[in-house]
Amino acid sequence: MITRKSFFIDTTKCTGCRGCQAACKQWNQNPATKTRQQGTFQNPPDLSTATFKLVRFSSGTGPSGEPEWYFFPDQCRHCIYPPCKMAADLKAPGSVILDTRTRAVIYDPAVKVSPEAFKEIRAICPFDIPRYDAKLARMSKCTMCIDRVSEGLIPACVKTCPTGAMQFGDRSTIRKMAVERLAEVRKIYRRASLINPEAVRVIFLVKDYPEKYYEYAATEDAKGITRKMALKKILHPVASLEDWIG
Amino acid sequence: MTNHWVDLKNADVILVMGCNPASNHPISMKWIMKAKQRGGKLICVDPRFTQTASVADLYAPIRSGTDIAFIGGMINYLLENNLFFKDYVVQYTDAPFLVNADFKMPGELDGVFSGYDEKDTKYDRKTWAYQLDEKGVPRKDPTLKDPNCVFQLLKKHYSRYTVDLVSQITGTPKDKCEAVYKAIGSTGKPDRTATSCYAMGWTQHTVGVQNIRAFTIVQLLLGNMGMAGGGVNALRGEGNVQGSTDHGLLFHILTGYLPTPTASLATLKDYNIKFTPTTKEPRSVNWWGNRPKYITSYLKAIYGENATKENDFGYAWLPKLDEGMNASWLALFARMYRDQFEGFFAWGMNPACSSPGAGKVREALGKLKWMVNVNLYDNETASFWKGPGMNPEQIKTEVFLLPCCSSIEKEGSISNSSRLVQWRYKAIEPVGQSMPDAEILNELYFRVKKLYEKEKGAFPDPILKLAWEYGEKDRQGKVKHLDIHKVAMEINGYYQEDVYDKTVSPPKLIGKKGDLVPNFVSLRDDGSTSSGNWLYCGSYTQKDGKVVNMMARRGKEDPTGLGLCPNWAWSWPLNRRIIYNRASVDTNGNPWDPNRPVLRWRPANAATGAPARWEGDIPDGPAPPLANEKDGKLPFIMKPLGVGSIFGAGLGDGPFPEHYEPLESPVPANPMSKKHRVNPTIPVARLQAMAKDPSFLFSFDTERYPIVATTYRVSEHWQTGVMTRHLPWLLEMQPQMFVEMSLELAAEKGIKSGDTVSVTSARGELSCAAIVTDRIKPFMIMDTTVHMVGMPWCFGWQYPADGSGGDSANLLIPFMGDPNTLIPESKAFLVNVRKLADKRSQAPAAKAAQNERGQS
Repeated sequence: MITRKSFFIDTTKCTGCRGCQAACKQWNQNPATKTRQQGTFQNPPDLSTATFKLVRFSSGTGPSGEPEWYFFPDQCRHCIYPPCKMAADLKAPGSVILDTRTRAVIYDPAVKVSPEAFKEIRAICPFDIPRYDAKLARMSKCTMCIDRVSEGLIPACVKTCPTGAMQFGDRSTIRKMAVERLAEVRKIYRRASLINPEAVRVIFLVKDYPEKYYEYAATEDAKGITRKMALKKILHPVASLEDWIG
Repeated sequence: MTNHWVDLKNADVILVMGCNPASNHPISMKWIMKAKQRGGKLICVDPRFTQTASVADLYAPIRSGTDIAFIGGMINYLLENNLFFKDYVVQYTDAPFLVNADFKMPGELDGVFSGYDEKDTKYDRKTWAYQLDEKGVPRKDPTLKDPNCVFQLLKKHYSRYTVDLVSQITGTPKDKCEAVYKAIGSTGKPDRTATSCYAMGWTQHTVGVQNIRAFTIVQLLLGNMGMAGGGVNALRGEGNVQGSTDHGLLFHILTGYLPTPTASLATLKDYNIKFTPTTKEPRSVNWWGNRPKYITSYLKAIYGENATKENDFGYAWLPKLDEGMNASWLALFARMYRDQFEGFFAWGMNPACSSPGAGKVREALGKLKWMVNVNLYDNETASFWKGPGMNPEQIKTEVFLLPCCSSIEKEGSISNSSRLVQWRYKAIEPVGQSMPDAEILNELYFRVKKLYEKEKGAFPDPILKLAWEYGEKDRQGKVKHLDIHKVAMEINGYYQEDVYDKTVSPPKLIGKKGDLVPNFVSLRDDGSTSSGNWLYCGSYTQKDGKVVNMMARRGKEDPTGLGLCPNWAWSWPLNRRIIYNRASVDTNGNPWDPNRPVLRWRPANAATGAPARWEGDIPDGPAPPLANEKDGKLPFIMKPLGVGSIFGAGLGDGPFPEHYEPLESPVPANPMSKKHRVNPTIPVARLQAMAKDPSFLFSFDTERYPIVATTYRVSEHWQTGVMTRHLPWLLEMQPQMFVEMSLELAAEKGIKSGDTVSVTSARGELSCAAIVTDRIKPFMIMDTTVHMVGMPWCFGWQYPADGSGGDSANLLIPFMGDPNTLIPESKAFLVNVRKLADKRSQAPAAKAAQNERGQS
């Protein structure tokens, strides 16, 4: 029986090989874009309608003078209470759905979204994930390989990862794995943490402060709902999860 | 590799030096991560903080070209702190052997060993010899105290490599040197092992072979050879390059590493006398003593029935090298440049981008009458005449581009770094008119043969007498479609006649004519067996009348738990997974490390009747352990004396590695020697006099070129990028040539990340994007700040068609290399860097795809 899923992305095992980035492109048959070498291995520079999975590179020098090179295989977090769905239900109903079994957050390609609606939907995502094709008037992002998962397979990125940095499975199993691994890693790296584990289905483990990996790696509010949303008064009372699934 | 990929998971310490597996062999990280999960430690020593360094437990920076200094310091540390595995060293290495009393070392002779001829820049190695007793066996001191024993000479030689001096030469901070030495030294215990991974970072230097030798000495001292999680492991740079050397594609070897004969070896007997080592050590297996069986079987394979006892098995038809002939890469292209070749087959390669001194190579191609390039795509070599700086009007080379198909469009075997030979299947039909290389060769062979038949020529027999039974032939005698299985079977070998064991009465039939030979132990030197490659004998066999392609097996069973997986494909030799594994047990045959036993000797069981035997991996020969005085054998079976050589008298540039600076070095003098700055066996003065343009070979002008440069690869591109630049998803990730440099160097030059810069050397100039990074830091070498930059070599002007990719780093590399292997010194040379233009904004398409948030 297919049930609620989660990813565990252990960046302490990630070597930035970008197999996941390429596998995602291949499975979704997303096109390549023309890029330039801008002083980093990271390319394309950002997520887009052609790039659902992007390994972000950041380097610096640590407190003891050691070089640091961090890899962050960015993708949609498939939030438990996805803010993009909250906004879309008001501004572009039907464009964001929550799969009943896996709880994957899916952008329905058949539902058109206006540019104004998209602006709000993108702004509300604490991780800056949603992207928009203006010509087709639709949004796209990571699909959790819902077509593969529905057939009992794992997502393409997870399948490809050679080091085991990417794991996928039932949420309870993944949560346990993440907590155990955090304990192991904390023995060596005191600052290690799981990023927003209660709010998202894609749980990252980082050995250093999340902002050293990427500006939008983590969100302040544990529930994944930011003050930004509250300020924009988009938030309206939600009685229960079932309200969302509809 | 002496060990294999999966075995990395067994190591307690993994030294990654001279390679970058996370970037270039990403799947290997699966096994390295498993080792870490078990508590193993990953140590990365590299000029740059690489992707491997990012997951390492310990990272130490090192100036490119100073590996021997670093490892010399390690050997000194191990010996001073008594961290070596004494029993192993005394019993299984030449450490106790006494050396000729006239042997002298660089400490005494200011940078050279005894026997150096300054004019010839060669060594007379007479003094590099063991003292022999009356039986002709080396004299030994098992207490390791005699001042002339290898152990004491080693200690004396490396006592000069103090941590202070090593740190000054390498630029590695002292505490980092010691941390690495301590970690590796912890594996001198019987139940702890270290493995080493290396690649071009060690080999592509004028001291390349000595780099590897240095760590071999370490592994012998620590008793890590033949052990699970141990060994000295080359990460091959191409998926089947192990196969290419196994099958004799280099000029100096035939298949199975049999030496290529020279013209003076006129008969097979001469060849066998020259190349068959003998030994007086009764406990040595001396496996190369079987050489005559392998060369005769090889001749029978290629000449078939035409090779007979009467005609020396066709030995006269084998191509021979002229005396002292150097037909290596550098020599060939130097000749091509001097107009000494008519034609050239550039088969499955792109020398216009892969060769050192690539600029001159491109010019050299223009001096040919014709060239055939066999490749999947058009590339910088096939289209050299259209390249930058070329004038097609003046180039007369006729170029043929033959499209070959990729590895997934054909069937056959691939031999990887693990010596593992895995059979691959055809997934799709070849695109368009492309053909497998074997079919192209088949066509070529047939047509050349027909021409020889018709026109006779100077020496037709070497072609006309070849056996070519690879499939059904058409009416003209051409094989219609080459059956790769037939090639594989010929490589394995056949019984050419019924073969009997005549030592018993009545004689017992061992093999029937036409049967596949089961393994190389059965090969003979009398023409009764054939084998295209003795190392692969056993890869395609017969069991109970059924033919079995051992390379196609996919059994996942792992009875020892060490990842040996004996039923998965087939590894040479004889499906042995860890070579020199007889060194993994003590003289009684009990594993040094009972937790990770590669082999264990089970004595005969009188109660059950079970015979004495080895269990675990395939042993290096069935002989019982050394404690068996009569039949026991020493572990290093390929060495005439049966022990590992700490003293390497067979090399041209010294029996112990010694630090010399790279040809192009940023420091004015070699701190280890006043007289010899570079490898003394490189004829620097002679080469400079010979070359029309001496700076093309190498330049000593540190004013013009003060910055150390090195080259490396990226995950996203493959070799010169001929295939991968054509894959949009890969090109998107790594679109353009770049040069990585430190924040400090960039600040000096006013360069920011993304700016276009020019990198120049004595060979040429290259423009690329700058990556300014913390991952490279300046080195402090002998109180001078030395900067370093690095570049990938996967780009070429031909594609992308707008030239936006940039060109090859090999345009900058010196045209000189290691004196033993002649591999070019691509990893340490001198350049200068200057800014050309500010960073250009991201390409329009990528920008549009970004869907800006309304911010600039």
